[in-house]
Amino acid sequence: MSAFPDRAQVVVIGAGIVGNAVVHHLARLGWRDVLLVDKGPLPDPGGSTGHASNFVFPVDHSREITLLTGDSSRQYAELDTLTTCGGIEVARTEERVQELHRRMSSARAWGIDAELISPAEVAEKVPFLDPSVVLAGFWTPSVAVVDPLRAGELMRERATAAGALTVSALTEVLAIVTEGGRVTRVRTDRGDVETEYVVVACGVWSPRIAALAGATIPLTPAVHQMIDVGPIAELAETGREIAFPIIRDMDPLMYERQSGPDLEIGSYAHRPILCDPDDIPSIAAAALSPTQLPFTPDDFDPQMEAALELFGGILDRPDAGIRHAINGLLSLTPDGHPLLGETEVRGLWSAAAVWIKEGPGVGRLIAEWMTCGAPEIDPHASDVARFAPHERTRAHVRARAAEGFNKTYGIIHPREQWSSDRGARRSPFFPREEALGAEFFEVAGWERPQWYRSNEPLVAELGVEDRPHEWDARWWSPITSAEHLAMRRAVAMIDLSAFSQFAVHGPGALAYLQHLCVAQMDRPVGRVIYTPVLGPDGGFRTDLTVVRLGDDAFRVITGASDGARDLAWFRRHLPADGSVALEDVTSAVCTLGLWGPRARDVLAAITDDDVTDAAFPFATARTVHVGSIPVLALRLSYVGELGWELHTATEHGLRLWDAVAAAGAPHGIVPAGIGVYGTTARIEKGYRLMGHELDAEHGPVEAGLALPRIKEADFVGKAAYTKAREGEPEATLCTLRLDGTTRFPQGGEPILTPDGARITDRRGRPSYVTSAGTAPSLGTHLMLAYLPPWHAVEGTGLLVEYLGERYPVTVARAGRTPLFDPDDTRMRG
Amino acid sequence: MPTTMDVLVCIKRVPAVGAEIALTADATAIDTRHLGFTIGPHEECAVEEAVRLAERTGGRAGVLTVGPPATEEQLRYALSMGADHAVRVDAPVADPEPEVTAAAIAGALGELPPYDLVLFGEASADAGHAQVGFRVACALRRPVVGGVKGIEVGDGRVSLRREAGGGVEVHDAPLPAVAAVLEGLNLPRYPTIKGRLRAKKAPVRVLAGPAATSGLRTRRLRHRPEARAETVLLGQGAGAAPAVVDVLAELGVVR
Amino acid sequence: MVLAWIERDAQGSPTAAAGEVLATARDLGGELGAEVTAVALGEPGDLPDDLAKQGVAHLVLLQHELLADAPPATVGEALAGLVAARGPAAVLAAATPESTEAMAWASAALGVPLATACTEIRPGEPWEVTRERAGGILLEDAVLDAPVRLATLTGGARTTGETAPAPEVAVDVVVPDLDPTLPRARLVEHRARSTGMTLATAPVVVSGGRGVGSAEGYAVLEELAGLLGGAVGCSRVATNNGWRPHADQVGLTGTRISPDLYVACGISGATQHWVGCMSARSILAVNTDPEAAMMRRATWAVVGDVHEVLPAVVAEIRRRAGP
Repeated sequence: MSAFPDRAQVVVIGAGIVGNAVVHHLARLGWRDVLLVDKGPLPDPGGSTGHASNFVFPVDHSREITLLTGDSSRQYAELDTLTTCGGIEVARTEERVQELHRRMSSARAWGIDAELISPAEVAEKVPFLDPSVVLAGFWTPSVAVVDPLRAGELMRERATAAGALTVSALTEVLAIVTEGGRVTRVRTDRGDVETEYVVVACGVWSPRIAALAGATIPLTPAVHQMIDVGPIAELAETGREIAFPIIRDMDPLMYERQSGPDLEIGSYAHRPILCDPDDIPSIAAAALSPTQLPFTPDDFDPQMEAALELFGGILDRPDAGIRHAINGLLSLTPDGHPLLGETEVRGLWSAAAVWIKEGPGVGRLIAEWMTCGAPEIDPHASDVARFAPHERTRAHVRARAAEGFNKTYGIIHPREQWSSDRGARRSPFFPREEALGAEFFEVAGWERPQWYRSNEPLVAELGVEDRPHEWDARWWSPITSAEHLAMRRAVAMIDLSAFSQFAVHGPGALAYLQHLCVAQMDRPVGRVIYTPVLGPDGGFRTDLTVVRLGDDAFRVITGASDGARDLAWFRRHLPADGSVALEDVTSAVCTLGLWGPRARDVLAAITDDDVTDAAFPFATARTVHVGSIPVLALRLSYVGELGWELHTATEHGLRLWDAVAAAGAPHGIVPAGIGVYGTTARIEKGYRLMGHELDAEHGPVEAGLALPRIKEADFVGKAAYTKAREGEPEATLCTLRLDGTTRFPQGGEPILTPDGARITDRRGRPSYVTSAGTAPSLGTHLMLAYLPPWHAVEGTGLLVEYLGERYPVTVARAGRTPLFDPDDTRMRG
Repeated sequence: MPTTMDVLVCIKRVPAVGAEIALTADATAIDTRHLGFTIGPHEECAVEEAVRLAERTGGRAGVLTVGPPATEEQLRYALSMGADHAVRVDAPVADPEPEVTAAAIAGALGELPPYDLVLFGEASADAGHAQVGFRVACALRRPVVGGVKGIEVGDGRVSLRREAGGGVEVHDAPLPAVAAVLEGLNLPRYPTIKGRLRAKKAPVRVLAGPAATSGLRTRRLRHRPEARAETVLLGQGAGAAPAVVDVLAELGVVR
Repeated sequence: MVLAWIERDAQGSPTAAAGEVLATARDLGGELGAEVTAVALGEPGDLPDDLAKQGVAHLVLLQHELLADAPPATVGEALAGLVAARGPAAVLAAATPESTEAMAWASAALGVPLATACTEIRPGEPWEVTRERAGGILLEDAVLDAPVRLATLTGGARTTGETAPAPEVAVDVVVPDLDPTLPRARLVEHRARSTGMTLATAPVVVSGGRGVGSAEGYAVLEELAGLLGGAVGCSRVATNNGWRPHADQVGLTGTRISPDLYVACGISGATQHWVGCMSARSILAVNTDPEAAMMRRATWAVVGDVHEVLPAVVAEIRRRAGP
């Protein structure tokens, strides 16, 4: 080992699969003086990499995770550390059979070979399994077992051979020194290293290491139980580590795989057993390893019963003993996704909460992100910056991890809500909403009414039909459609207080926003500007509403779910000269949307200010007074109706609500939920939503959000954006109609050609449903999807696959022109 | 064919320690926050032997421990190895003094149906007092042999093999008898899944423990001072061979 | 009075462990101002002379037909009777299996505690002892509060120092009152082990653990042990995997050894194993993991696979030995 360096370009902490992959890819991308340290010995420092079950099931409903897994599999294979054995997810219940159909849709959407097979076919592939307890199997031939320890060794070897890497095992990090919010130095028990970059790839220890720099990595170590039972003659005689497909027995939340002569059984069914990073034992004090805690047999007993049902033929033998049993530690996060990217401390990167199946892909992603400013795979759902402050707390992480653990193999509805640690953020309207019987959905901790039970009578009055299939109707109500129709008929009030809002001011404010935003920011005071915000590669970073409040003062308004991510992006780009002040005013402001043909009548009734179209035209903002309350009114709409966003100080909220409700009553005002705002009204208008249609893989041109002109000022992503405007887009965001069925796809489903073939564009990007929603005013169900040019033709007939069935759809719109009120006459009225 | 043998094995819950043993802050016990629990290897062999004897003779194999409810985990482990019934003599701690343990076991044996053979491990893996079996035998006036590595049952008698005096001794004792056994007596089986499930549901008979005390009381535990010089690294892989042989030559074990 | 139970070897002389017991008893007697009485079985033989050299002036010889072959439980019964009759302050014995068993019975019969595996005894109010736990990796300081203090002493606790010889040894033959109705185990067979080197006595032990990988893997260990004039040992992993017989196992529940050189091959050094070999005068460890506990505790360490390192060492020895 070479001497411990006193300088490094980057220090990677943690030599598990993730840390090894990070150093390998950093070296590949030209980084030098890379230092990899681990407290433990090599090749197995004692973290979760050393005891993981090491299998890779490639299909996930999340495209991001599927891409990371696919990239990882390719890397494992290239290192010759992957053994393909195939895998079967088996269903014991009808609900699971439906879920397997949904898995099939995801497999088809992401282009992974898979097949639904009968119990007899399952037993053919795994002869010692009892097919009588199985209803169906989801067979994925490319399921594999990998060797992450060996892969890690090879990755270190390559980085070392490139002259880029110094490895220092048995090195404990004692401190991470920061200056001015930037990493400057790592203190270890072998000495200090000056560095500008630190990557925390410490698995279950990551929160503790990040805390050394004052950063948060919100994960908790949690137990996953595994046992080995053997020897079993049928397995031993194969003479191989794995010769049979891996079984995921989904309903009892467990898996069984061959491990040489033994059958390894793992479980995600037991009670959540969380531990604290500080309570993980040292290598010396642990009986096995720090992340292999003592087995608690009582928690595993139901799994043994379930295993006997499926594998009684080989497990119920006197010589098949439980030879190994552990409570293995893994990392859980509040939403189940990894924690990737730069933390709140500049230069301190997180590469944590990563499964074996994603490790090498995460290594590449982090290295690209650090090198180029944006990785190839969009890290939107994994961005460590995605959490609100309360979501970073130990209490929240533990509550959600405890709730999420049993969802590991669960059937998760796309609209499913969390039940733990709810009510952390409430708008001032909350008491009124609660009294109206609001059904609250959560975003970023905010409780937002999805619909109001007080509107139940409208369902019959407006003739809204319920959805006949339970899955389609789960976490949904026909009330949403009724509220929608009532809004289009008269007027509705919608709680939008969850918006994230930033105040930007100072002499450099205009230049700062010009640099970040695609749209021209140098507009007159009082203008409301919609703008995409791009990454350096021209893909969507976010989209915003910006209001120019003064020469040097702007308000930036963004969605609740992207608020924390956007705030991190804005902070990261603040000029160092102090010419711009950025302030998160989310909690100071509440917002009430007022839209519908009667909106002006309502507003006029509560303010003396002139709200006529002449005095208050579309896309402008003014302060009006509602009684004694100053209200910043923004004339714009995300629902396609005349109206305003009314912003006021949080403490005035209730007064505003009551004034609007009272003045609206004679006009037939209804409170409407986010079901209208975010889905039905939006989709009728073809409005795009960040995290759905808008992602880093697509830019404004493909999304139909290119602006008429490119402004002169430089901005992030300008070159890529300019280039994208020059040629034909590789894909166009289209609106598709689904008619003549009582089924309602909800997003993520593949769009297929009329003969059932998968559709991809020339860049290999698949066509799938990015958003879906009922369009009550159009009497149909709509879906948004990117289509390659040869399919992006209005009137084209295609198919959508939903829960194992295929339904004809029609391309109703290619591009952004809305299907409902295409000329926007209603909102300009 | 020997007579039906009813065998009771007395076991103790002990921490499953790693390479280094951490102590509690007051140094009166091993810090078990991160540790699991087990029974010692001698006792695993005793359970295995009891199960085999019971299987072979159509008798019963019971397990008994002295301690708080948590010690039932170890009883259930023994049940999952094939023992057919379990008894816990209640005591406030899992590591009582040997006099207390012996009094509890002797008392329990007075209440329980008779056993032909009561087995102990030679010494517990943690405290290692190495005396409870003999104390119980003395209290019950039964023949006892320690260090046993072989058990053969005859009609009303048991033949116990042990290594002693630089050779092998065979002792013969009338039943009922007591033996303290050593690892190596047999190769204990792993519990099966069925065994574990059976064990989970099996009832544990709980008996009240005696109010015994002992004059032997732990004050504190400490680590034995290790006075070893720094390890000298002789090299890596096959390349270290000359350095290794230099050392061997220096020690005079090779020329 | 301090009683010292003396184990005798085949020639009737005190064993080395018994010598250490006498030394401790003498120190204790000095501290207490009490005389030391040695207790043994059988005929006097040379024992009085041996004791005189050790400065012990009193010997009780227990004689009874039931004490033939020295069954530990019966020895314990006899000791209990002697203690009841003489009322000593303390009874000391070696922490060998047989003496511990006898002392266990005696303490039970007397209704007093027994402190086993002691390294120190400190009389006082109350008495305290230091004893070994978990095979000796931990020490326990304990109170020994009893009318008569029974303790067994671990080997190596004390060296027999120079002492003034006793001018004369008073020999007292006692026929204990043994219960004729008590059911007893009886020695019916004794087979001397074939002579030759045993694991316990070998000056060099070449021992293998998980890193050896298989039963066949021990061939190279046997070859090296042959070249070094030593025996082959193993860890509990090897026994449990069926690679080696239990008789080869070094450790808390196997054999505890103290060779001049212990060669630990692919053994991580779990506590259970360590206590079996920690008395070795020197340790050479071979392991792929430089941080294995055994590697850190060894005198010399080689980082590497057993099956690369050992064949090279064997070859090097043969090369140096010449043609």
